[in-house]
Amino acid sequence: MNQLENRNAYMGLAGRMSKKRRRNVTLTIVFLMLLGAFIYCASKGFVLGTYEIRILRLCGVYSIAALSMNLVNGFTGQFSLGQAGFMAMGAYVTSLLIIPAAQKAAIYYVHPIVPWLKDVQIPFLFALLIGGLVSALCAFLIGFPVLRLRGDYLAIATLGFSEIIRIILTNAIPVTNGSLGLKNIPNTANLWWTTIVTAVVIIFLLRMMKTSYGRAFKAIRDDDIAAEAMGISLFKHKMIAFVIGGFLAGISGGLLGSVVGAITPNYFRFTLAYEILLIVVLGGMGSITGSVIGACIVTIAKEKLRFLDAGMNLGFVKIPPIDGMRMLVFSLLLMIIILFYRRGLFGSREFSWNGLFRIIRRIGAWFGRLFRRRGHPEGGADA
Amino acid sequence: MSVLKTENATMRFGGVVAVENLNLQLEKGEIVAIIGPNGAGKTTAFNMITGVYTPTEGKIFVAAKEDEETLIDITGRRPDRITSLGIARTFQNIRLFGQMTVLENVLLASHLRLKSKFFGAVIGWPHYHKEEKQMRIHAMELLERVGLAEFWDEQATSLPYGKQRRLEIARALATEPSILLLDEPAAGMNPKETLELTEFVRNIRDEFQLSILLIEHHMQIVMDISDRIYVLDFGKTIASGTPAEIQANERVIDAYLGVADDD
Repeated sequence: MNQLENRNAYMGLAGRMSKKRRRNVTLTIVFLMLLGAFIYCASKGFVLGTYEIRILRLCGVYSIAALSMNLVNGFTGQFSLGQAGFMAMGAYVTSLLIIPAAQKAAIYYVHPIVPWLKDVQIPFLFALLIGGLVSALCAFLIGFPVLRLRGDYLAIATLGFSEIIRIILTNAIPVTNGSLGLKNIPNTANLWWTTIVTAVVIIFLLRMMKTSYGRAFKAIRDDDIAAEAMGISLFKHKMIAFVIGGFLAGISGGLLGSVVGAITPNYFRFTLAYEILLIVVLGGMGSITGSVIGACIVTIAKEKLRFLDAGMNLGFVKIPPIDGMRMLVFSLLLMIIILFYRRGLFGSREFSWNGLFRIIRRIGAWFGRLFRRRGHPEGGADA
Repeated sequence: MSVLKTENATMRFGGVVAVENLNLQLEKGEIVAIIGPNGAGKTTAFNMITGVYTPTEGKIFVAAKEDEETLIDITGRRPDRITSLGIARTFQNIRLFGQMTVLENVLLASHLRLKSKFFGAVIGWPHYHKEEKQMRIHAMELLERVGLAEFWDEQATSLPYGKQRRLEIARALATEPSILLLDEPAAGMNPKETLELTEFVRNIRDEFQLSILLIEHHMQIVMDISDRIYVLDFGKTIASGTPAEIQANERVIDAYLGVADDD
């Protein structure tokens, strides 16, 4: 590495358009174009059915939820389990703002809706943002008491507040329709919506973690005593992470409502927080790539393993249909991860084209060696 | 003109008095050592000054950065606020940010002087870019100064022990302090590094116009480097004075230094 390149590197500047960088930019553009083409075809119904598309939309929703939890747990090191509550908040606010007035009368058949909400209907984007902002406000208010706690205490406190939000939603019947929930939520969040919002969130987080504030988050995770001694205000930075996390959870909740079409408070029980935690731990605490890939794996597997719930005939023993049988697989998966991949699939690493090529080269070399050893002791294909 | 002053600072943990009536003064440009046997309350004294503990009784004052005549009462302030007033420290058991690189460790310590707000930084306002650039240049200068520039991209905890100590000092310097607190800077260093340390501490004091307070068990360093010494034993200050005075003090010899065993 010559001196100029070294300087560019420590200054955090990407070097001039080097060969590698040009290749990576090209690959990224090609990837995005392929993704766009794929979504286009999918939304026209060429490649995938509505069921598969729905799963992909859920992948996006859960990615954002996992990223939100990863920001607080993985990057800032604060063990918080409040995501389900913030998602519920976002889901309800967004849904109430996009359900048409005519539908509302039909939904609130037991108890009429409060008059000031009856005729409200705003565009999806604004409803989504307002949902996120209300969740962020909740996070801000909850943050004051709970962010003074650490570790398990913080987890319990956030879990408690998340349950409080859910119980309020269950009992504020004139606003939320209570435990009957909301249905006929307009299906606005198509695959374009979920994918683009996920992409925006990923870009936001990538940028954020590169700034001085991102470093401060990581420092608090690594050693909060040293971070504070270096002049980092623990409370302020934990609060920033917590509020941004709340905002993102609210956004993912808003999308979720629109994807599934009907929500009840029970959907947002603490089991949802555990499910998201599973995604984050599976993907790797502190890895954005890990959260996205973890979300896709868990969401798709959860659908594809539905046959386990239906009961099985293994020949020697008959398993009756048990609802939730497939969740056993996830418990096993979690145990395997904790035993063998303690840091998750990605640890705290991120995807990069250079990394991908390195892996491909390594696999190539491995095959090359294998091939030589098997057939041709001399020469043979060299990778 | 003192830059740091404690007035009868006392720290009690339940019935235990860890530090009792500590009256410590640090003059501008001085190097002062605190010595004493294990458990004497030296680190507790540091923790009181840096705000990790709030003294049970007594007060702590620090000279304002702009106007050194005025003393600010920092008793019970938060550690990060105290750091921004110009007191930086290192730790006895090294506390580097393990998952960050050497450079990032130093950059982190400039964060408290950052003026850009959160969204300005994430969006990437030109002002933030300018600040980030300056932070990076400054951090590399500091790394150059402590001789770690070539390791900038390595994980901080992968460095050998002596280098980690120097990195901690570079990180403390990045907070732009006027007072530096070093907690056993020579611990775990080999004899050669120990010798270099004396020179190094003097140099950074002159270069960065620091006043330095240090805890150290290595008597050769303490006697070489310090202008004055405070001796603590069971939380009480049993002596203070120049190295020569301390070496001649009967109580200090009894409690800590001991007598050379000539047989």
